Amino acid sequence: MSGKEEILSEVTTKALHKERETVGSPFVENPRMTCREVNVYYGDKKAINNVNIDIARNEVIAMIGPSGCGKSTFLRCLNRMNDTIEGCRVTGDLRLDGMDIHDKNVDVVPLRARVGMVFQKPNPFPKSIFDNVAYGPKIHGLAQNKAELDEIVERSLKKAGLWDEVKDRLTQPGTGLSGGQQQRLCIARAIAVSPEVILMDEPCSALDPIATARIEELIAELRQHYSIVIVTHSMQQAARVSQRTAYFHLGDLIEVGMTDRVFTNPRHQLTEDYITGRFG
Amino acid sequence: MDQPEKNPTIDKVNRGLKRRYRAERRFRILGATAILTALCFLFLLFFSIVSSGYKAFEKTFIQIEVFFDPAEFTNENLAAANFPGLIKASMNSMFPEVTSRKDKKDLYYLISPGASFQLMKQVKNNPALIGQKELIWVAANDDVDMLLKGNIDRTRPESERRISDKQLGWLDTLAHDGKIKKTFNTAFFTSGDSREPELAGIWGATCGSFYTLLITLSLSFPIGVAAAVYLEEFAPKNRWTDIIEVNINNLAAVPSIVYGLLGLAVFINFFGMPRSTPLVGGLVLTLMTLPIIIIASRASLKSVPPSIREAALGIGASKMQMVAHHVLPLALPGMLTGTIIGMAHALGETAPLLMVGMVAFIVDIPHGFTDPATVLPVQIYLWADSPERAFVAKTSAAIMVLLAFLFLMNAAAVLLRKRFEIKW
Ligand SMILES: Nc1ncnc2c1ncn2[C@@H]1O[C@H](COP(=O)(O)OP(=O)(O)OP(=O)(O)O)[C@@H](O)[C@H]1O
Ligand SMILES: [Mg+2]
Repeated sequence: MSGKEEILSEVTTKALHKERETVGSPFVENPRMTCREVNVYYGDKKAINNVNIDIARNEVIAMIGPSGCGKSTFLRCLNRMNDTIEGCRVTGDLRLDGMDIHDKNVDVVPLRARVGMVFQKPNPFPKSIFDNVAYGPKIHGLAQNKAELDEIVERSLKKAGLWDEVKDRLTQPGTGLSGGQQQRLCIARAIAVSPEVILMDEPCSALDPIATARIEELIAELRQHYSIVIVTHSMQQAARVSQRTAYFHLGDLIEVGMTDRVFTNPRHQLTEDYITGRFG
Repeated sequence: MDQPEKNPTIDKVNRGLKRRYRAERRFRILGATAILTALCFLFLLFFSIVSSGYKAFEKTFIQIEVFFDPAEFTNENLAAANFPGLIKASMNSMFPEVTSRKDKKDLYYLISPGASFQLMKQVKNNPALIGQKELIWVAANDDVDMLLKGNIDRTRPESERRISDKQLGWLDTLAHDGKIKKTFNTAFFTSGDSREPELAGIWGATCGSFYTLLITLSLSFPIGVAAAVYLEEFAPKNRWTDIIEVNINNLAAVPSIVYGLLGLAVFINFFGMPRSTPLVGGLVLTLMTLPIIIIASRASLKSVPPSIREAALGIGASKMQMVAHHVLPLALPGMLTGTIIGMAHALGETAPLLMVGMVAFIVDIPHGFTDPATVLPVQIYLWADSPERAFVAKTSAAIMVLLAFLFLMNAAAVLLRKRFEIKW
């Protein structure tokens, strides 16, 4: 590490509770996204407390932490899906390539085209497999004609590792696929619009080990082109797929660091308790 | 061998089991009884309607011989020509022995007053008849019709029935000569209302209902769906939308006659729209059905899983695209169900239409939204109120037509729903 990076990585941001300061290296050079002093409230209840973190280019960053600690909530800030929740309020400064995404003038439609999302529960549209993948490119006008659209659909399905299984039944409903196939369909749908960042909220929580392995392979491949933020309850999965890991605890970002470092040498007591199984 | 240890919970479960099954059986019997009772009443209802109404689908005709004298009947002055005279002459020639003024009047009474119009129409449609001698079936008077259908008792004293002994004799002669027949009553399905039961038909009211409901549907469905979508998907949730929601629920419970008064005051008195027309009736019924459609549409929008909305928004669909492409298609079947319930209400509604003058006696078939018209339930009400015996059967027949209209509407809705239903 160069000296500059050293300094950056040692920065700890001020937090309300002294013992809940973010330790580790939340910031990177040339980040894709930056989050500063992010707070999220559900009504009066604070769900995210003063989080500062960067998301690098071409990295997979895993978010771990006990249930209810605010991982999903934070993830949803990154493409403003929290806007859709009644009573949810986000403060702070979130930027995508320097653009303030919570600015009033920012249009969420192109933002969500740039920051795609895969949800915990597979949620394909009750339409055909083809239409599921083609929907995003269609509404954003990414294809000039049918041939281009076909090509995008095929490419996305191939990237999601689903093409061989569904190429003969593209006109059948996407809801008729198995759970794992549906999740890969949702991934194909998300990458069909070529986003810059993909947010994945426990994408494998409903899948068997084989489907999980396939999706992990896919994540590794997608990393060549995208930044990926993945929420997971499986520390093995976090260790396998991510370069950096962020640990959340009751709305606070406790520790961020290189994944192998966090898992082998956690710096914060709470992180250590969690990954050694003493907590959560 | 040692005894496997007894599980204490399973004993408790077993003890309660009988009671649980008993409760289930009781509920099943209760449910089956309720359905059976409902079916019995339904059957009773249909039976009473059909048994008293089926006779209205037959009509009695009397054959007369007429000569369209070219001197009297020319193409130009058909309207002024003496068609009643033609019928009288024909009757006279069939019964030359009838001479007194009173008897002749009684004899002519056997033929419906509408017969001369029938002749006029026939000549108008076929001028070649002029100069010909023709055998023509014309409608019999409603009392004759009733007699032949067994609703007038021959055995009662003459003073207590509407057909005299002499008239009975003439009718018997006609019947003997094969000059009386009963056939399917097409006129009932093709003509408008009339003071004469044998001429009265349901088509005018059916058209009126059709035009009225067309207005109602084409206004209340789009407005209702748009209002529901706005309230459910776009409107901020605050005090104002709460007030609106409460008031929509209240409106659904407002007695329909109040809508009639409102329509009278607003559409007719203030906007000066023509009274007794499907236009005004349709507007009034629109006001009445809107709350029903809005409430049903909101319920079906609410039942669309939020994950579909998230999926659409998550790949950058705008809110409008999310609604139009994903939410509406899923909610449409439920909306259609709500709409058909509202339309069925509207179809059977009488009270508010009385207030806007759709209760007028209207003979002509309406041909548009601004022609004076009446509707099926009002027609039923009018006929049920008429003194003539023959209108009793007409009333039941009109109810059957109303029910058929309803079934058709429901069938259309079911087909539409099938068409839009999305398999998960
Ligand atoms: N729509 C909501 N309204 C109110 N409170 C909410 C809402 N969604 C989440 N919360 C609260 O915010 C906190 C964080 O929730 P979040 O869903 O982000 O947790 P999570 O870390 O994703 O948990 P899990 O691992 O179980 O998915 C929780 O205390 C939760 O109760
Ligand atoms: Mg979550």
